[in-house]
Amino acid sequence: MTLNLGMTIVLAVLYSVGFYLLLQRSLMRILIGIVVLGHGANLLLQLAGGPPARAPVLGTAPPELFADPLPQALALTAIVITFAMTTYLLALGYRSWVLVGHDEVQDDVEDRRIAERERPEGSMSDDTADTGTDDDEDPGSAAASSEPAATGGRR
Amino acid sequence: MSTLVTLPVLLPILGAALTVIGSRSARLQRLIGIAVLAVVSVVAAVLLVAADRTGPVVAEVGGWPAPVGIVLVADRLSALLLLISTLVTLAVLVYAIDQRITDYGRDTASTTFHPIFLLLSTGVSLAYLTGDLFSLFVAFEIMLAASYVLITRRTNASRIRSGMTYVIISLTSSLLFLTTIAFVYAATGTVNLADLSARVAVLPPGLQTLLACMTIVTFGIKAAMVPLHFWLPDSYPNAPAPVTALFAGLLTKVGIYALLRTQTLVFPQEQPSALLLVLAALTMLVGALGALAQNDLNRLLSFLLVSHIGFMLFGLAVFDAAGVAGTALYVVHHITVQATLFLVSGLITRRTGTVAIDQMGGLAQRAPFLAVLFAVPALTLAGIPPTSGFVAKLALLQAGAAAGLSTALVAGVVVVASLLTLYAMVRVWIRVFWGIEKEPLPDADPADELVVGTAATSRPMYAATAGLVAVSLAIAAAAGPLSSVTGRAGVDLMDRLPYVTAVLR
Repeated sequence: MTLNLGMTIVLAVLYSVGFYLLLQRSLMRILIGIVVLGHGANLLLQLAGGPPARAPVLGTAPPELFADPLPQALALTAIVITFAMTTYLLALGYRSWVLVGHDEVQDDVEDRRIAERERPEGSMSDDTADTGTDDDEDPGSAAASSEPAATGGRR
Repeated sequence: MSTLVTLPVLLPILGAALTVIGSRSARLQRLIGIAVLAVVSVVAAVLLVAADRTGPVVAEVGGWPAPVGIVLVADRLSALLLLISTLVTLAVLVYAIDQRITDYGRDTASTTFHPIFLLLSTGVSLAYLTGDLFSLFVAFEIMLAASYVLITRRTNASRIRSGMTYVIISLTSSLLFLTTIAFVYAATGTVNLADLSARVAVLPPGLQTLLACMTIVTFGIKAAMVPLHFWLPDSYPNAPAPVTALFAGLLTKVGIYALLRTQTLVFPQEQPSALLLVLAALTMLVGALGALAQNDLNRLLSFLLVSHIGFMLFGLAVFDAAGVAGTALYVVHHITVQATLFLVSGLITRRTGTVAIDQMGGLAQRAPFLAVLFAVPALTLAGIPPTSGFVAKLALLQAGAAAGLSTALVAGVVVVASLLTLYAMVRVWIRVFWGIEKEPLPDADPADELVVGTAATSRPMYAATAGLVAVSLAIAAAAGPLSSVTGRAGVDLMDRLPYVTAVLR
């Protein structure tokens, strides 16, 4: 199998841009990252079947001139799945925006507790004011968080 | 017989469609869900007997023979895991239905829960039965898409955070899987597992290692292997108890199954794999030590889940028939016991109104039955004889000791991790069930089924949990026949020939 240099560069760009966006904090950028990465993966699947050729369903060309149909079928399935997942992530991002007012991916709860513990006493109150709001808003997560008494006491 | 292999995939997906159509009648939905899973359990049992007697049962989907068409294969390993998974799914469904009846009354129907639950079951069945890499990807996607909905249903602000982490991590691993499939296809020109086992063997060694590593990373994320485990203790505890039980019981084990299948069939090795041994030891220790630091009961159980993934990886890393058989036995035992523990944790938190261990206490006097329900799976997880955990761990330790010095060292880690598990469990026991009884916390939000501490529990919830405890005891009682089946499955996996000849004919 031979690989087209132009396509290889396109693949490299798609994958690097995708992974770069995936490492961002905003859910919208992560989503775009996943879309770009999905395109990269689908293009790779296409290229895995060899160079483009005649459609495998129609025509009477000799077999070596036909394109490999399997990667096309695989890529088609993968495109549908990526598409569905993108829509779902969009819905999730919208929900997050409605509930929280932003679409930042938050830190781990445990990480935040450790960070609070390491910080000097005085700055604790500032910290709860900005990062703690989204958790303390609803009564459900107060019960679900591991320190309900402490959360209640701070407020 | 080959029609039977398609039923575990077809029935749940048809059931899911029917529950959408009949979403006005709550009773019909429940009936369909339970009936479908009961039938699939029977089918899985028949498949297990057939695969054990006459070799793998193969169904050619669409009538095309193997390397061209898609095949569904039930060999000893997949039929066994299918059986135990379906039994656990059935018990969890009974628990979930009853929790809903207790909280909302008998007549409220849910438009999403039952269809999604059955779709999850479809994905798991397909992942066990599929005979090619791309169908495995599709199975994972069906399963994960269902799990995304279950974990983010009825979100609030804190739950959407953990849900997003889970969804994004899973999507990334899916895209990595897709990339792996593209590389495998480019190198070999096939995605059929049986066909791959011959074609990968003639590739250059470097390329083989690259492909093997990519599959390990992909399935390692799904199975929560240690450097890739961080998402699990963060997302699982935020789902309601039955959903967490199902995820903990099934989803990570499907990752382990995929590792087991691909590593033995496509990338076989002659001697223990150093990389997997190190990863297994790390997974065991990091999970167990992480569990000791937790105050949240569900997070503690999630870390223990990570730790016990290491046990299964260890059996695979030994790379001989005994080791792989030990892993198969361990997966069977762990699916039941981990699901049971999360269900019991659900019962405990509904009773006390909190998941914080230091807020509980004295439950043993008030709820002695609950104390027994927790004690049995806790001791099983730690591997106290004569429970099923002991049988499975013994198989792993024997395999490790027989395979050489380096594996014997890691087998020592198995013992240490088991002791740490026991310590964590005893600590939970002392804090939750002994001591002074504390007042249950008031219910935070009675309208939200995901919130802990709805106080009311009813008998079928206990019955479902007790049923799972009984299954785990039955595994211990039937240890002899079961370990002979997993032993034969291990020989099959390392031999590869029965699977390949059955598929390719």
